[in-house]
Amino acid sequence: MSARRRQALLWLAQRASAAVLAACVVVHLATMIVAVRGGLSAAEILARTRGSLAWTAFYGAFVVAVAIHAPIGLRTILAESTGGHRRALDIAVGAFALLLLAAGLRAVFAVTVG
Amino acid sequence: MHGAATRPNDWRARDHAGWWAFAVHRFSGIVLALFLPLHFWVLGHALGGDAAFDGLLRWTEQPLVKASEVGLVLLLAVHLTGGLRLLLAEFVIWRAAWQPLLIAAAGGTAILCALLFALNLV
Amino acid sequence: MTTLSVRVWRGGPGENGGRFETHAVPRLPAQTVLDVVTHIQRRIDPTLAYRFACRVGMCGSCAMTVNGRARWTCRTHVQAVAGDGALEIAPLAHFPVIRDLVTDMRGFFDKWAQAKGEFVPTATRSDSFARIEPAGKTRRAVDAAIECIGCGICHASCDVVGWNAGYLGPAALNRAWTLVNDPRDGGRATRLAAVAGDAGCHACHTHQSCTERCPKRLAPTASIAGLKRAAALAALKGQIA
Repeated sequence: MSARRRQALLWLAQRASAAVLAACVVVHLATMIVAVRGGLSAAEILARTRGSLAWTAFYGAFVVAVAIHAPIGLRTILAESTGGHRRALDIAVGAFALLLLAAGLRAVFAVTVG
Repeated sequence: MHGAATRPNDWRARDHAGWWAFAVHRFSGIVLALFLPLHFWVLGHALGGDAAFDGLLRWTEQPLVKASEVGLVLLLAVHLTGGLRLLLAEFVIWRAAWQPLLIAAAGGTAILCALLFALNLV
Repeated sequence: MTTLSVRVWRGGPGENGGRFETHAVPRLPAQTVLDVVTHIQRRIDPTLAYRFACRVGMCGSCAMTVNGRARWTCRTHVQAVAGDGALEIAPLAHFPVIRDLVTDMRGFFDKWAQAKGEFVPTATRSDSFARIEPAGKTRRAVDAAIECIGCGICHASCDVVGWNAGYLGPAALNRAWTLVNDPRDGGRATRLAAVAGDAGCHACHTHQSCTERCPKRLAPTASIAGLKRAAALAALKGQIA
């Protein structure tokens, strides 16, 4: 795949994941504003999220979308600040994507399954 | 001549709404991206049982942490509203005349979100 | 205030950068920045090099950086930009300086060519006229962007042009967009491949400086957004190798 085609498809993936994230973040912000009243304890969080397939699906999708969206954004910023796109940058952001995916899905499991 | 030195722009060329919107969007994106691994690590403590999770959550009760949380909510909200403006521009419709209003609305909505969050904290 | 304090950029590529020189210029009613530059060259220092042609806001030759912003000097009233009597006049940013206020536009037009900003004909003289609906979506998109006269102000105003040496820039991309929307043009696939990538439309971060400064009130921002969509679709369809 040429660099141009890759760039076009990465742009599309970033915008598609952005659309998914828009919905997820609205829910997430609303949840935070409604749920956090004078602090938040583990019991309060987990009572809502544990054992719920809906939350697992929601946060799972959230994590996948962010693992696509954030690294592509960082890739552009890194390329601009370090003199251009290079294979090393692609590898670095790819690793970051995997880190987000792994840590994120672990967190989803922790909070919704336990 | 093509490789010859060129003169750069300074802040006077950048002092308009669209540029500030970009700066805020980039800054918030970087901070949020760097925050995420930490966020996932904290949430992962729920695996260790309620006690371990609670211990960590109690640490976050400190005023500095609470203030940072408000900051993060602001950055998340502004990245969302700014991002929606970009999605609108790139996929639906772009009108030059609407941009200052959209940027103001994006910023205002984000500040409102952060305020609501901050007020709920106390 | 009867006198303007005018700092003018002097110098060329052979020297170690350049420097600002300050001149006192009489202030007159309805004076434009081009009037000021002309006064300096005719009455104070005949060695000052600058470009102009029509001096009535049609050709774009007199574009310079005035108080930090790229403008047509013939259409910039001193009153509007130098309320305190201070003017700073420099060549356009992001263009190599030939001398004083004159920049080398060749790279700018080279990028126009790299973006495939030229029409590729498909019809012959024996074909009948193409039928283009004036109010149609594609024609309206072309009409909104076609009035570019290549003055370079958008290119000078764009920070991505400054950060990314290969970036084709708003003017070249804007012109490519007018051709992408022209059903008579036969170069669509090649052109979309040319404008995709990190030297092309995907490097635009919607700063909107181009649209903010364009004296013809064009919106390269919108044109580049259109190219992003078109390039993504072409990539999905395998039209960009």
